[in-house]
Amino acid sequence: MENRVKTLAQLLVGKSAVINGFTDNTLALKLIEMGCIPGETITLQHIAPLGCPFAFEVNGTLVSIRKSEAQSVIIN
Amino acid sequence: MHPGDLLSSLQKKFSAGEQIKIALVGNPNCGKSTLFNALTGLKQKTGNYPGVTVDKKTGVYKHEYKKKIQWFRVIDLPGTYSLFPKSLDEEVTFNVLMDEKNPDYPDVILIVTDASNIKRHLLLATQLIDLGRPCMLVLNMIDAALANGIQIDKEKLEDVLGVPVVSCDARNEIGIDEVKKKIFVFTGERTPQNGIINLNFIANQNYVNTVHQFIGQSSVYASLLKHKQYTHQKENLKLFNEKFFEGFESRDMLFRFEKIKKITLECVAYSAERKDLRATDKLDNVITHPVWGFLIFIGILFVIFQSIFYLAEFPMRWIESGFGFLTQKLTETLPHNFFSDLLTNGILAGLSGIVVFVPQIALLFGFISILEDTGYMARVSFIMDKLMRKVGLNGRSVIPLIGGMACAVPSIMGTRTIANRKERLITILITPLMSCSARLPVYTLLIGIMIPADASFGYFNLKGLILTGLYLMGIVAAIIVAAVLKYVLKSKQRSFFMMELPVYRIPQLKTVGITMLNKVKVFLFDAGKIIMIISIVLWFLTSFAPGSEFKRIEHEYTDAVKNTNNDSLKKEITARMHAEKLQASYAGHLGKFIEPVIRPLGFDWKIGISLISSFAAREVFVGTMATLYGSSDGENTVSIRQKMIEERDPKTGLPVYTTTVCLSLLVFYAFAMQCMSTFAVVKRETLSWKWPIIQFIYMGVLAYAGSFICYAIFS
Repeated sequence: MENRVKTLAQLLVGKSAVINGFTDNTLALKLIEMGCIPGETITLQHIAPLGCPFAFEVNGTLVSIRKSEAQSVIIN
Repeated sequence: MHPGDLLSSLQKKFSAGEQIKIALVGNPNCGKSTLFNALTGLKQKTGNYPGVTVDKKTGVYKHEYKKKIQWFRVIDLPGTYSLFPKSLDEEVTFNVLMDEKNPDYPDVILIVTDASNIKRHLLLATQLIDLGRPCMLVLNMIDAALANGIQIDKEKLEDVLGVPVVSCDARNEIGIDEVKKKIFVFTGERTPQNGIINLNFIANQNYVNTVHQFIGQSSVYASLLKHKQYTHQKENLKLFNEKFFEGFESRDMLFRFEKIKKITLECVAYSAERKDLRATDKLDNVITHPVWGFLIFIGILFVIFQSIFYLAEFPMRWIESGFGFLTQKLTETLPHNFFSDLLTNGILAGLSGIVVFVPQIALLFGFISILEDTGYMARVSFIMDKLMRKVGLNGRSVIPLIGGMACAVPSIMGTRTIANRKERLITILITPLMSCSARLPVYTLLIGIMIPADASFGYFNLKGLILTGLYLMGIVAAIIVAAVLKYVLKSKQRSFFMMELPVYRIPQLKTVGITMLNKVKVFLFDAGKIIMIISIVLWFLTSFAPGSEFKRIEHEYTDAVKNTNNDSLKKEITARMHAEKLQASYAGHLGKFIEPVIRPLGFDWKIGISLISSFAAREVFVGTMATLYGSSDGENTVSIRQKMIEERDPKTGLPVYTTTVCLSLLVFYAFAMQCMSTFAVVKRETLSWKWPIIQFIYMGVLAYAGSFICYAIFS
C-alpha cells in the first residue's frame, strides 16, 4: 500500500507508537509545547464517549487532542 | 539594557527598600495560582488586564530577614506553554514580560514548574532564563514528584541553569518560607546570570546582531522574541526578515528539548512508575466511560443546580428581608422628602438587588473551583466536546448553561473557564435564554390566570406541562442561536482544542475559598456600579411624574382616607392611590408611549409599565402588577391574580388577561433580557457595551417576534 502514512488518529486504545513528524506547522508548535516531541513514545489511553477527542499519554502528561488534530501527527 | 545593569538596578531598589515586583510565570497546571495564594494570602486583588478579559491577580507580601523588612508585589501571570504566544492569555504574559513600559513589568521573574513534570516545564523555564533577566526557578509540587519516584538534584540544577532553584509544596504550604527567603536573598545579593542555550542553531548571526542592537533587550534572545512578536510596529517592520523567522519556533523548541534531555539526565533520577498517572488512568476509565461518565456528570450538574436553585434561596431570603426591614425602619424614622425616598427606594433597593446575588455567585464558584482544582473540569470538556462543538460551544459551556437555569449572573461570570474567545462569547450570549429562577414568579402568576383550576391534559397537570414547555423553549432557542452565532461571529484566533488533562488531586479549601471571595468582590464592585445606576433610574421613572400630578392625586386621596374609619377601606384607598400614582408617573407615560408598539402583542400600556420596571429583574413584574391593580396585600399572588382576571378593557368591556395575552406575555418573558444584572455582568465580562447591547436587542427581537406570532395565531 503506497502513500499510507500512519497517524495518531489510527492508534488503538492502550497501544503506543513513536512520534515521527507533523503535517501541519501551526498545530505542530502547539503539540511540541505540550510535550509531543518527535522521537517520544505516545500512548492512546482513552477515547471520549462520542468517539472524539482522544486522550494520549506522552512525556508523563495526559493530553486531550481532537481526532482532526491527531491526524496531523505522523507515527512510526 | 545589559543583564548586569538590570541586576544592579534591582539591588538599588532593594537597598532603597522599594517594593520589588515579582512575576509568577509557568505552564498551566503548574500550581502557579496555589503558590500565589500561599505567598500573598488574602492580600490580593483581582481585575482585568487593560482591554482584555483575562483575569489579573496581584498581591503583596513582606518578608523579614536579618532585621531588614522588604515588601514584594506579586503578579500571577496567565499560564503559558512557551514564549511563542498562541492565545490572548499567552499574549498578555508575553507583553508584561517584554514591555519595559508596562506597569507590571517585573523586577524578578519567578519561574514556577511542576517538579513531577520537570522535563516539559523546563521548555518555558529555559526560554525565560535566556531572556537574561533576574529570575529564579521554583520546583513546585515537590511532594508529588517524590511520591512518584522523581528525585531532583537542586544544587546541580542550579549549576546547569545558572539561576537559584528552590523547591516547595504550595498546596500544603510547605517550603513557602524557604521560597520567600530565597527571593529575598536573591534580590539583595545575586550576581548576574547568563543564558543557557547557545543560539548557534541560528545561521545568520549578522542579522541577529543587527536586531539585538536595534531592539536592545536584556539579551539577544529577548531581542529576537520581541522583534518577532511586534512586527506590526512600523519601525520593526522595516527590519523584519520573514525568511529568517521561518521555522524559528519549532527549531528553537526542539533544540531546547535536546538540551533539556541532557539536563534531566544529569539532575533528575526516575526510580519508579508514575503512581499518580496510573491512579488517574483508573479513575478516567470510569469518569470518561460512555455510561458512567455521563451519569456522574449529570449527577454533579444536579447537585450544582439544586444548590444554586434551592440552597442559595435561604441566604437570599435573609438578605432580602434584612434590606426590607432596614427600608421599613428608615421610612418610619426619616422625614418624607426626596432624599429619604432616594435612599430607601432607590439606593437601598439597588443595593439589595446587588447583594442578593452573593450566595449564588459564591456557591457556583465554590463548585467551579472544586471542579477545576480536582482536574474534573478538563474531563467535562473531554466528554462533552464533540456534542457542544456542533453548535460552536465548548464542553465547558455546559456548566454555565445549566447554571443559567438558576441564574444567568453567576453563570456568565463562570464562563471564564472557557479558553477560546468565540466559544466563550457565544456561551455568554445564549446563557440568559435558559429559564432562570427569576422567571418563575412571572410564569406562576400568568399560568395561574390562564388555568385557574388544576386542569390536566391526559395524565399530566396542565400547568406543569406549560411550565416544562417554557423551559424547553429556552433550551431550544439557546441551541439555535448558538448555531447561528457560530457562523455569524468571526474569529481571528486559530482555535486549538489540545489541552492537558491534569492528574486528579484533592481540592484545597483555601483555593476554593479565595476564588469564591474574589468573584464576589468582582461582582459587587464592578457589576454592582451599573446595577446601582440602572436601579436609581428605574426608581426615578416610577416615583416621579411630570408637572404636579402626584400632588393632585395625593390631595384627592388624603381627604378620602381622612373621611373613613374603616381600616380595610383605608388600606384599599391607599392602594388605589399608589396605583394611580404609578399610572401617572414617568413610567406610566412611557408605558402609554410604547403602547402602539406592544399593541400587536396584545399588551396594553399598563403591561408596558411592568415591562419597563421589570428591566430591573423579571420578578419585579409581579410587584408592579400588584401596585398597578391596587392590590392591598402587597405581593400576595392570589389577590393579584384575582384582580388581573377581573380587569376589563374600558372600551370593549372584555377581559384584558385572556389566555392569548397571557401566552403572549409568557413567551415575551421567556426570551426578553429583562434583567439589569445580566446586562451589567455581560458588560463586565466582555469589557464592552457592544455585547450587552447586542444581546439586549437580539433577545428583544426574539421576544417581540415570539409574542407577535403567538398572539396572531391564538387570537
